[in-house]
Amino acid sequence: MTVINLFELAGEFAEDKDIARNIRIDKLLPALANGETVEIDFAQVGLATQSFIHALVSDVVRKEGPNVLDRIVFSNCNSSIKSLIRIVTEYSQDQID
Amino acid sequence: MELRLPNSAHLGNIEGFVRGFNPDGKADELSLEIHPKWVSVHPAVLAMSATAGATMIANGGLVTAKVPQIKSLPYLVRMGLFDVLQINPGITVTEHEEAGRFIPLTNVRDNKGLSEFIVNMIPLLHASPDEAEPIKYVISELVRNALEHAVSPVGAFVCAQYFKKTERLAIGVADSGIGILGSMSRSHPVKSSMEAITLALKPGITGTTSRFGGTEYNAGAGLFFTKAIACASRNFFVAYSGDALFKLRRTPSGQTPVIHADPNDDIATRVEGLPPWQGTVVGIDIGIEAHKTFDDLLREIRGAYQLQVREGRKARYKRPRFA
Repeated sequence: MTVINLFELAGEFAEDKDIARNIRIDKLLPALANGETVEIDFAQVGLATQSFIHALVSDVVRKEGPNVLDRIVFSNCNSSIKSLIRIVTEYSQDQID
Repeated sequence: MELRLPNSAHLGNIEGFVRGFNPDGKADELSLEIHPKWVSVHPAVLAMSATAGATMIANGGLVTAKVPQIKSLPYLVRMGLFDVLQINPGITVTEHEEAGRFIPLTNVRDNKGLSEFIVNMIPLLHASPDEAEPIKYVISELVRNALEHAVSPVGAFVCAQYFKKTERLAIGVADSGIGILGSMSRSHPVKSSMEAITLALKPGITGTTSRFGGTEYNAGAGLFFTKAIACASRNFFVAYSGDALFKLRRTPSGQTPVIHADPNDDIATRVEGLPPWQGTVVGIDIGIEAHKTFDDLLREIRGAYQLQVREGRKARYKRPRFA
């Protein structure tokens, strides 16, 4: 399993979409392409924006389909971040390619 | 170009200030008029004034102002307005800690500058983490929107003020870019600034693509979330761009705030034919009495999103895995 430590990459407030996009392209997509399960660890991340979560996972869900969510584990999320992940993953499923 | 800082210009009565803006006149001069007795203005007014001045200066023009020595002048000095406009206000103000009161005018030009600004501004507010969350969120989304979509020659200006009596934090962000019509018309057949603002407030619509839901990078939901945060705390949200102004009105006490995905359903003031602002100005008030957590708010926003989707489809959503 690949573990992505988000705090190390994006800090306490995950809001920089460029960082999110780089994580998706450089880490998330290659690991999924290898058939791995990916854990995105939100430990120490206090807040994220919807834009950040969108840039991180929306395209993955749209292109790979909703079942890709079985291979992504969002760990150590506080309730706000869980809400944002739910919002983004839900609307992304409405827009499957 | 002429700007008048009136006696009072907050989001509830901002139309008066906007109508007093004159984008015509001398092309190489911004003339700033300040009310001779007292000035109490929303950060959106300061952000717009700073943006107008900075743009004029960047284009080789000058800013002129007759500065009355009024009681509220130190506030304008402390907010950094005269520094941006390169005008000597005729007084010096002893700097003291800004904690708990305001975030002075700050010019943000790139993503790195935005990230640094967010880190530096929070201690100024002396807010608890729960109180700080919506503030950080709104500023990040609004300024990043301006940096990404506006093509503003001076970046974005942002400032904020905490009003203790009403327990609200007022935030203003302005740019002098292509405006919401310029941005939205790249991908959508919009004909007016009001039409463009209305479209931009709908979640899933962005100027970067005609596709609903946006691109891999832009969701088209930043303004919707920002308006929703104002709505949920029973406060104003204003977007002024081109000749149009949209103002979400406050939900009266006794009524439950309802977040609408379609801004046409909002109880709002919509004004067209205003003096055209080349760019975008956004003002928002957030109640920070902490009666509602940020997570509560996000749940309501999620509900507003889902209202757009048929019930049967909702039931089929694959759920994310949390650990």
